[in-house]
Amino acid sequence: MTTLQYREAIREALAEELTRDPNVVVMGEEVAQFHGAYKVTEGLLDRFGPKRIVDTPISEAGFIGLGIGASMLGIRPVIELMFWSFYSVAFDQILNNAANMRYMSGGQIHCPIVIRGPANGGTSVGATHSLTPENVLASHPGVKVVVPATPYDAKGLLKSAIRDNDPVMFLENTILYGDKGEIPEDDYLIPLGKADTKRAGTDLTIVTYGRPALLSLSAAGVLEQEHGVSAEVVDLRSIRPLDIDAVLASVRKTHRVLIVEEQRPFCGVGAQLAYMIQREAFDELDAPISRLSTVDAPAIYSPPVEAEQLPNPQRILRAALEVVA
Amino acid sequence: MTKKTSATTDNPAETGTATQGHAGAPVNARLTAADKVGLYRKMLMIRRFEERSLRAYQAKKIGGFLHLYIGQEAVAVGCCSLMGKDDHVITAYRDHGHAIAVGMEMNPLMAELYGKATGCSKGKGGSMHFFDPSRNFWGGHGIVGGQVPLGTGLAYALKYRGLKGACMTFMGDGAVNQGAVHEAYNLAALWDLPVIFVVENNGYSMGTSQARSSAGELGQRAASYGMAWGVCDGHDLYGVRAFMAEYLDMAREKSRPSVVEVRTYRYRGHSVADPDNTYRSKAEVEDYRRTKDPIQVFQRALLAEGVLDEAAVERIDAEVRAEADLAADFAEASPFPGVADIQKDVYWEADNPGQRSSGGLLFFN
Repeated sequence: MTTLQYREAIREALAEELTRDPNVVVMGEEVAQFHGAYKVTEGLLDRFGPKRIVDTPISEAGFIGLGIGASMLGIRPVIELMFWSFYSVAFDQILNNAANMRYMSGGQIHCPIVIRGPANGGTSVGATHSLTPENVLASHPGVKVVVPATPYDAKGLLKSAIRDNDPVMFLENTILYGDKGEIPEDDYLIPLGKADTKRAGTDLTIVTYGRPALLSLSAAGVLEQEHGVSAEVVDLRSIRPLDIDAVLASVRKTHRVLIVEEQRPFCGVGAQLAYMIQREAFDELDAPISRLSTVDAPAIYSPPVEAEQLPNPQRILRAALEVVA
Repeated sequence: MTKKTSATTDNPAETGTATQGHAGAPVNARLTAADKVGLYRKMLMIRRFEERSLRAYQAKKIGGFLHLYIGQEAVAVGCCSLMGKDDHVITAYRDHGHAIAVGMEMNPLMAELYGKATGCSKGKGGSMHFFDPSRNFWGGHGIVGGQVPLGTGLAYALKYRGLKGACMTFMGDGAVNQGAVHEAYNLAALWDLPVIFVVENNGYSMGTSQARSSAGELGQRAASYGMAWGVCDGHDLYGVRAFMAEYLDMAREKSRPSVVEVRTYRYRGHSVADPDNTYRSKAEVEDYRRTKDPIQVFQRALLAEGVLDEAAVERIDAEVRAEADLAADFAEASPFPGVADIQKDVYWEADNPGQRSSGGLLFFN
């Protein structure tokens, strides 16, 4: 095993896939000479050269659309969005073109493209830079949506995403880029659509993904030590495809559910999960399904208040205690 | 034919202005009589196919929109007749002409309009979304200007793979004001991509004339990106071929992009839902039809050359009309897709379960 930061794990995944497949191209704003706005792609230009590591102008609709077109002819672009928030100016390319291309052509075309970058709040960058669009993306059949929480997951999932023949939206997190974790020395893949139970428990299931999975683990520790509550933490890792079986298996064990998401509640991922859990496991539930989301407003700038707008261990703890009360 | 100057030295040389001169252009001089008849037939196929589809629409056999290409046939046929094996085409929603021009047959096209499982997109795309990657035809796209970055990406892939091809990326005059088009122009020029942006200027973006929608010269916008550009008339098949051959050559040989504005005209409304009585006069339509109809112009040229005679004209027309009627019969007799087909062709993985590597649910019912 070796210890890598989350950003380094992503970089390793990129480097390994660039080495393995000559059709993989990394493209985006500042990814080459600048080494990446968050240094994810640092050093890749030196290793792979300007044909494989491509700086783009600030032109998301242009270069994402270009990547989709190139993917139709056998290139496998991995496109960095400096922030996923900027997907808004490329919405038509991603969700009309990439998502629908296979369908509208009656299955004649597929678009093996990955679009990756951070999608999170919590860094005081205001409403326009703090979007978490996994629910919006996942509501479009044709695309896949992945949200890794740890360096290990990020590397294994990104390698699978690059090899995937469908368009994959890969949502990272600026707060996690410096987090360290253990990574196997050997080549490994993590399949999309496989949840990971990051903590076993018996009293409560916390269903979550992305950074809130780590926050939930922290809250689960306090629940155990200070309240004698044993919480199981199920990290979805992938929103679409969705490992609902892992969620239901946990619910059948604990009979109580808290969903934690860095999403506004209305039409969020948690709403879909709650529907599916009650539909499939109604008789297993000893309490209403509960949900902790981002407080329903645009992302506030004020740093201490934003910390309270998002899920945090204290908010998760309070919500968990209500579910087990 | 008129031609503007370019901002770069790469611009193809002036080729003269007289319409009748284009038959002798090298790209036309090498056409055999059979080639010429084939080009004529293809234009006629587009027209008769669309006339037949309009009748089917009026008989409520076709849903949604139907954007007819009638009047513009020489553009698609002229451009696509120049394609080599590594040349590619993408266009917008007025796509029937390009589909036939690249060689797609009438049956799967008409069946697609009817929403049938035998359609080119299995009844999942409709009129605006014809595709045939086996003929290097990448659609058929519904959002104005949305296909232009895609075409630029096809050109990027050609260059990346070291292929000497070009992507003709068609759009209408209404698309030139979309941001995505300008982003694509910039990328194409910045990275020297072998793409030709073909602006089919039929004078109207839906019901808004060019004068009321676009500032300046449409093609000239290329100059600010350092791209070659030019303008040609779109009613003369020989002229379109002579003009486009130079830009294609520049893209293939020098990997230089360009913007070409092809001036054309549509006889029908924006779509069949447009009664076409608010923004232009009947006299304007009739004037174009009488003097510049692309099929009539080429027919006269071929009659004058002795390639066609009146009997051949009548025979070809009868054959093409019969082909369109048979396509309608084929579409009528074909089955609709089933409800179970709704969730096919969404994910590659779902369509290839033996090669699926992911777990979990892909669909949520």
